[in-house]
Amino acid sequence: MHISEGILSGPVLGTGMAVAAIGTAVGLKRLDYDHIARAGVLSAAFFVASLVHVPIGPANVHLLLNGLVGLFLGWGAFPVILTALILQAVLFQFGGITTLGVNTAAMAVPAVIVRYAFGPLIWKRPPVAQAAAFACGFGAVLLGAVLVGLALIFTGQEFLEVTGIIMAAHLPVMVIEGVITLFAVAFLKKVQPALLPGYCARPVDDTPEGKNEIDTP
Amino acid sequence: MFDEPFATGRSFIHRIDPRHRIVIAVVYSFVVALTDRFAPLTGALIVSLALAALARLRPAAVWRRLKVVFGFLALIWIVLPLTTGTPFLARIGPMGISTAGVLLAARISLKTTAILIEFTALVATMPLATLGHALGQIKMPEKLVYLVLMTYRYIHLLENEYQRTVRAIRLRGFLPGTNMHTYKTYAYLIGMLFVRSVARAERIEWAMRCRGFRGRFYHLVDFVPTPATWIFSAMMGIIIFWIAILEWGPHLW
Repeated sequence: MHISEGILSGPVLGTGMAVAAIGTAVGLKRLDYDHIARAGVLSAAFFVASLVHVPIGPANVHLLLNGLVGLFLGWGAFPVILTALILQAVLFQFGGITTLGVNTAAMAVPAVIVRYAFGPLIWKRPPVAQAAAFACGFGAVLLGAVLVGLALIFTGQEFLEVTGIIMAAHLPVMVIEGVITLFAVAFLKKVQPALLPGYCARPVDDTPEGKNEIDTP
Repeated sequence: MFDEPFATGRSFIHRIDPRHRIVIAVVYSFVVALTDRFAPLTGALIVSLALAALARLRPAAVWRRLKVVFGFLALIWIVLPLTTGTPFLARIGPMGISTAGVLLAARISLKTTAILIEFTALVATMPLATLGHALGQIKMPEKLVYLVLMTYRYIHLLENEYQRTVRAIRLRGFLPGTNMHTYKTYAYLIGMLFVRSVARAERIEWAMRCRGFRGRFYHLVDFVPTPATWIFSAMMGIIIFWIAILEWGPHLW
């Protein structure tokens, strides 16, 4: 879901840059140096995971995983996605300098939105939790496609049909992202729940003083 | 997988100060992206090709990179001429090929190609470590520079880990297809990648703390702009100014 260089108008590029700059500033501010190694490794993991190609019928699509990025990192999604896009631009020439802002915003804004809309729900009972995890993946790609569409339409009415094609092409991606996010969240809940937001570990404290503390909510 | 085919070389461009190259690339990209007339756009494409020649980029490698965007450009060439509306250049049955649509598609193609070639010539010609340090020296936030360098450091390693897991599931007879089992397997594979990454990140943090890490990487080589750098920057400044004049200046021609 990249917009190539040379398509969007000046105001749209400017808006994208402003949104990306604000988001990145907030994200970096919340990223303290104690956890920055972890953010770096996670961002590398996302970069690699987004190269995974998943079959769908005769074709295959690559994953975006911005829903998961949002779940793991919240506002940290902005700097992490910006970093991934810089690396993609240099290593593969996907996207470039002028669209860095718009592309970062189109992926990171949905990531932060789904994190706060559905993140708290993933610890509810299974049907709700599963629906929330699916919505994280599905919603993040849907919102991303909407933002890309808006960027194109604000550039020129001529892009209405192109926008329609892009939205339609992303529909299967949304469903697959939803399904993958659902299973990945279920997996992480069992294996490494501390990665997910809102997880509070119940401390196992065997001391007599500690025992009293656990029972009090 | 993540090789940098243009990063090393002894061309004129490779010897220009990376900070200057980044700043020039940013300004040039924006000016070209905002240009709409055909004269400056054609000029920009020629300048970009000249930069690629100066950087001694192998045409085959550049072409391989360009193919990625050409898919999108093909979509634009199919859709825009058919949907932009009158006046028509030609008619095919009930459909008309719109003049405005063809012009718009041509404009976008010129811009995209010019910007991509210029970016490859100026920025992809430095190793990522150099790019990271240069970004730091042009006052990008330290944490962002750190993230870029750290991510670059670990993508190779995690890509290996990913390939290892893929080999393991293949050996167990995994055949990807359009079914729930496939998606579940990929989801667990990705989940496992994150679990391993977090475990690794913890060990990295300890190791870095043991070595007295204080939140930044040090760069041992100072970038010194050579006279060639100043001449190149001045030339590029004039060229960018010339493109801007062609686009926005008084139209005497």
